[in-house]
Amino acid sequence: MKDSVHTGDFCILTKGRRIVIIGNGIAGVTCARHLRKRDSEAQITIISGETEHFFSRTALMYIYMGHMKYEHTKPYEDWFWEKNRLQLVHGWVTSIDFGKKELQLQQQEPIKYDILILALGSKPNMFGWPGQELQGVQGLYSYQDLQKMNESTASCQRAVVVGGGLIGVEMAEMLLSRKLPVTFLVREAGFWEHVLPKEESELVMRHMREHHVDLRLQTELKELLDDGTGRVRAVVTASGEEIPCQFVGLAVGVRPNIELVRNTALEINRGILVNEHFATNIPNVFAIGDCAEYRVPLPNRQSVEQVWYTGRMHGETLAHNLTHEPVKYNPGPWFNSAKFFDIEYQTYGMVPNTWEEPVASFYWEHESGKIAFRAVFNGTDKRLHGVNAFGLRLRHEFFDRALKENRTVEEVLVKLQEALFDPEFYAKHNYEMLQAYNRQFGTNLEPEKKKKKGMLAALLGL
Amino acid sequence: MKTLQGIGLGMFLLALLTFNALLFMGRFELSEPEMAQSVKQEHVEVLRQELQPMLGKTYSSSFAFATDFNSYLDAYNEKQKNSQQWDRVIWDDYAFTLAKVASEGFVKNNKLLLLLLTVVLGAAGALFYILPKYKGEPEGIKNNGIMFSSNKSRGVVGISLGAYLILVYMLLYWFPEYIVNWTLLVDPLSHALSGGPASQWFLYGTIYTLAILVMGVRMFRRYRGNNYQLLRTASVMFFQLSFAFLIPEVLVLLNKPWYDFKNIWPLDYDFFFEYSVASMLGSGSLGMFMLIWGILLILVAVPVFTYFYGKRWYCSWVCGCGGLAETAGDPYRHLSDKSLKAWKVERWMVYPILVFITGITILTIANYFTEFALLRQSTDVLHQWYGFLIGAAFAGVVGVGFYPLMGNRVWCRFGCPLAAYIGLIQRFKSRFRITTNGGQCISCGNCSTYCEMGIDVRWYAQRGQNIVRASCVGCGICASVCPRGVLKLENGPEQGRITDIPVLTGNDSVKVLS
Repeated sequence: MKDSVHTGDFCILTKGRRIVIIGNGIAGVTCARHLRKRDSEAQITIISGETEHFFSRTALMYIYMGHMKYEHTKPYEDWFWEKNRLQLVHGWVTSIDFGKKELQLQQQEPIKYDILILALGSKPNMFGWPGQELQGVQGLYSYQDLQKMNESTASCQRAVVVGGGLIGVEMAEMLLSRKLPVTFLVREAGFWEHVLPKEESELVMRHMREHHVDLRLQTELKELLDDGTGRVRAVVTASGEEIPCQFVGLAVGVRPNIELVRNTALEINRGILVNEHFATNIPNVFAIGDCAEYRVPLPNRQSVEQVWYTGRMHGETLAHNLTHEPVKYNPGPWFNSAKFFDIEYQTYGMVPNTWEEPVASFYWEHESGKIAFRAVFNGTDKRLHGVNAFGLRLRHEFFDRALKENRTVEEVLVKLQEALFDPEFYAKHNYEMLQAYNRQFGTNLEPEKKKKKGMLAALLGL
Repeated sequence: MKTLQGIGLGMFLLALLTFNALLFMGRFELSEPEMAQSVKQEHVEVLRQELQPMLGKTYSSSFAFATDFNSYLDAYNEKQKNSQQWDRVIWDDYAFTLAKVASEGFVKNNKLLLLLLTVVLGAAGALFYILPKYKGEPEGIKNNGIMFSSNKSRGVVGISLGAYLILVYMLLYWFPEYIVNWTLLVDPLSHALSGGPASQWFLYGTIYTLAILVMGVRMFRRYRGNNYQLLRTASVMFFQLSFAFLIPEVLVLLNKPWYDFKNIWPLDYDFFFEYSVASMLGSGSLGMFMLIWGILLILVAVPVFTYFYGKRWYCSWVCGCGGLAETAGDPYRHLSDKSLKAWKVERWMVYPILVFITGITILTIANYFTEFALLRQSTDVLHQWYGFLIGAAFAGVVGVGFYPLMGNRVWCRFGCPLAAYIGLIQRFKSRFRITTNGGQCISCGNCSTYCEMGIDVRWYAQRGQNIVRASCVGCGICASVCPRGVLKLENGPEQGRITDIPVLTGNDSVKVLS
């Protein structure tokens, strides 16, 4: 486990070192918090132009829908930063002088650093569609995007969302919460097709239609039309259909937000290139979160991972590396979650959208069509690769352990009751699933029941 | 559907308007025989003299009537006090009773019709509004627009409603003589149940129960598909209707003390006060059972149930205050203050109140067993002050009046001594906890926002820590609104329940101690 890199070679270790973090998202803030825990002397500064305080980016949609106000999305109260001596600078960095180790800010004095951590996040993809700069056309990533969306949809009659992924379905839900009819253009034949297997994709699409999303599959955006005042009035699809609308949400993925470091000494590709310790090519400069690109991706993982959880883990790991013997980034089994309107989604381990022998799959769907479970495993030795759960909550720790211990799908299925995380009094489906597995694979497995001691049993000494 | 809802809302508002207008209707005319029948024998002569100018006089409102009555009585009492004639002072509060017997005319003659046009119409209107809600929509909690709502987000509507509720509670507790017309409406119901006329408390109980039932139906619509919420709501509706409303009235009909078998000291703060104990002891074996039952609830039921199921077994499944908070108060749950400061204030209020009422109760019992040699009648002063400050002002006026201002659990969180007692057991000796699901939290804040007890649930969830808090009433809304399936209310082994420094699941590079 020990690495040849020592902390001293890895970064400056002087007492009271100035650590500056650009970006106050989950990666930057997690890193700052853990740095503070481990180095009480360092001067830690977090710079952000987006908002003064850290907020949960994943909660932006709930602000729009009126579930929460912006204040509710701040994970820490405003006094937290000063108490932990994390200096906040609210402003945009305009350039970095890596030689002088100095940052230029738009409206404030330059800031010097000993160690620089880039946690710059992402920005929405734009693919050069004609008219993409029109008013009422936007992606959704930042707080500013949310404000813009709020303004643009105030007098909107009908909206179009482009893109077949998570932000797309979120935008559709947001718009529908304000009773705006939504047409959802998906280029592929199914929603989130490059991630979800067919059945899951169909489950989500059924649910979207149930919510009156006008879902258009295999429909590509060609251009956006101007109403004459610089606002969008319609989109045109590749097949030439014109769909009138006053708002267009572009949710065709995000890319690392690295304009700040383009054409500098910092090595970049799609994102800022980092090694397994999050070090860039420049000493004492590090990159984490959405903007980082692994030079050597981990097995079965993308080279750029733009997920809340990975951002957090980057922050945790880098904070450790800057204060201890550096360790290689080693996230445990993959996990992720989302919510599609009313249906929650959790995944543990690796579930690809398609698979080939010897990989096998077990899929179960509840008769309601809203609860589903998939296990993907090695057909020969039955070792579990991963699971998808829809409308069903499962315990993270259970699957984290099962995957690390290379459990088989059958071991997992007989013990599935332990993994159920649905609220009390919810119908349990583990037995039904096991029966379905038995039918499909000709086995005769019985559920393993853990004895639960209730009040009566305990009182009667049973 | 929209029209039906519109009609419902219209019906409700019309009923509310009529209900309030009632206070200004009717005539009040106190005759000498009416007066003589309604007051204690020893006061008849005095009052006949003092109230002479009032007797037979027609007042056009209860306000005018009560004003006159109070001024005559005050003048008399003042005189006695000045001449140190303490035993001649009339301490009894006759204003409500006399105003009630004095009422004549429109309201008195149309009780049933007016009940129909106010309370029944209002409830029906509310149901018309509630029942079609979410029709044709897939199951799932929709908090859409709550933060934009004037009613639910401390806008003009919310503040006005809060002010209205505060006013009504003040009338109810301290000026019941002004609301006799309301109590007239429920006279027939009171006669049917307990055989007597309706007091202001019967009126209050009726409307309170109706609010829980109607808003309980709203809960069924709003949380459909969520069995925990449905069962919990059905439970509070059942306990309110039977234990808190019907059974006590029937007991009165049977000449037994009014007793709510699920109300527990110290929420039921006067359980050990002399008059309660005397009334129970004077009611034969049933009275004795009530006394023993009440003591068993405190000493056995609370610790045992709380050990196995947590505070929720009472606070969000059984309790009447909780019942109203969880139904009528549900639209305001997010208004609770989540700051660390509020938590500090909470602890500095709720535990001292527990200590205070425990002290009063111990003094009262000690006094009782020493046959009042210890403190004579001076515990009465303590009882009155506690009743006024905590029992009425805090639990009632602030407790419910502040729903639209500070959320639906102000009383339960900052004031209720029973919640404090159960909370201590939940915190230190219970199998209940809210489990956090590994590293799945995205810090969105829905859980904290919708926690009625003002617990910053996210603080724990995002560091992978189980939530074990004295104040948690186990309503389960945090788990319901979590978009990532991170929270689960559970009873389980005590081992591993509390983790001071949790390890966040997911990152194998380093052991992440939050």
